[in-house]
Amino acid sequence: MENNTKISIQDMTKVFYKKNSSVTALDHISLNISEGEFVCLVGPSGCGKTTLLRILAGLETTSVGEYKITEGKENRPLQSMVFQERGVIPWLTVEENVAFGLKMRHLPSELIKERTSYYLEKVGLENFSTLYPKELSGGMKQRVSIARAFANDPEILLMDEPFAALDEQNKFILQEELLSIWEETKKTVLFITHSIDEALLLSDRILLMSSQPGRIIKEIKNDLPRPRNIEQIRSDHNTAGHFVDIWKHLQEEVQKSRK
Amino acid sequence: MRDDKMTKNHNPVEVEQQEWKKRQLKERMKQMLTIASPIFLLLLWEFLSQTNLLDARFFPPPSEIVSTFYSMAMSGELFNHIGISLYRIIAGFLLGVIPGVVIGLLMGLYSPIRHFISPIVMALMPIPTLALLPIIIILFGIGDFSKVVTIAGSVFFPVVINTTAGVINIDSIYLDVAKNYGASSKDFFVKIAFPGALPVMMEGIQMGQAIALLTIVAAEMMGATSGIGYLIWTSYKAFMLKEMFVGLILISFFGYLFSLLLRALQNKILSWR
Repeated sequence: MENNTKISIQDMTKVFYKKNSSVTALDHISLNISEGEFVCLVGPSGCGKTTLLRILAGLETTSVGEYKITEGKENRPLQSMVFQERGVIPWLTVEENVAFGLKMRHLPSELIKERTSYYLEKVGLENFSTLYPKELSGGMKQRVSIARAFANDPEILLMDEPFAALDEQNKFILQEELLSIWEETKKTVLFITHSIDEALLLSDRILLMSSQPGRIIKEIKNDLPRPRNIEQIRSDHNTAGHFVDIWKHLQEEVQKSRK
Repeated sequence: MRDDKMTKNHNPVEVEQQEWKKRQLKERMKQMLTIASPIFLLLLWEFLSQTNLLDARFFPPPSEIVSTFYSMAMSGELFNHIGISLYRIIAGFLLGVIPGVVIGLLMGLYSPIRHFISPIVMALMPIPTLALLPIIIILFGIGDFSKVVTIAGSVFFPVVINTTAGVINIDSIYLDVAKNYGASSKDFFVKIAFPGALPVMMEGIQMGQAIALLTIVAAEMMGATSGIGYLIWTSYKAFMLKEMFVGLILISFFGYLFSLLLRALQNKILSWR
């Protein structure tokens, strides 16, 4: 790869061991992600894609192998995760949730205030800043989760099926909102999903994973010009080809894991 | 005229307004029932006692209890008992709740501490604190402090157990969020562990409050020369049952008052729920 590799993973293997039985979740994964690239990891459920993300997020350790996230500006966190909507902390207000990462880093309160309100406005929650999450809809909670990660201004963003629990309409709206914020910041993103449409809409590159043990078995470059929207995904001929390709592949993997 | 009526019936807002008014009325009826039930009980008691269907020597009518209350209040003797009991209850409650919360949080957060302390807690919990009263009196004397310790001992257990459970049951995704965003142990404690455990902890504190009142009466029956429990016990022994009932009703009143106060506090600090 070129010099601007942001995330590099080498021969990463993760085994879960439990009283005489072991499960290989990740099997010799190697991959490189460039600066500013938006990569989607697609695979059948239980293929270890969440494990991979959790390792990068510092929530899990590798068994063997290593990874590196290239440091950039000083005083900037390496990674932040966009959790699913239930990761919004219920006893903190919307504003406190968005400011969470910044507060944990004990940045000057002026800066926290400024960045928090910037991203609250970005996701359209500036009028809801003093509410508690219980008063928000699912889509709004997910916006809080996104704003929290972007406000933290990390080197890379990790997203674990952030839109999985949302209804169709909300999902489309949030996907496009995510793209517009991302295009402004050009962060490196690793995004996990099992939705093919979502991967095609968001990513520069799609990595397909096999079912257990998790390996990366195919890579698809997604050159659809940006800015994109959901109609293009449905009408573009090339993209339709990718869709069928990924679909067939996932079918196969699901069949395999059933045997 | 007919036209007028038609539009009235077909105005959706008005139809719904009628419905709403009906619901409001129903709500108010329910509130009335809540107020009516104790009044009904007192009236029934009064009636049975006055007509001697209930032996008035053992169950003096409420009106007479009230006048006894009045004369006891006038003589100032009553406030003396109330004051000393409240002091013991509040001091004992705090002396039980504060260590309960601290130890509970530590047990919830650090599993070695939990494994070390929980057998001790489990073994001590079934012993009624009142059964330990002789030992408490030997250790702390016959004064106020031994009653405070007795109450603290009873309050401590539900609080420590609920606080531990509260921490353990915090959804692990919040722990992940805290870790991912680099929370220090202090921040984790203040922003995640404490507020996350608070709902279950408050239930334990409610329980502790009820237990404090149960304990004070019994503790004051043994080795005390003042307090509501003492009043109940000596009145009973002297067969002054009206005075005894004054004591019982005071306990009931303070129990109700404290749980209302704690409920209000709970609603305030747990408004995020």
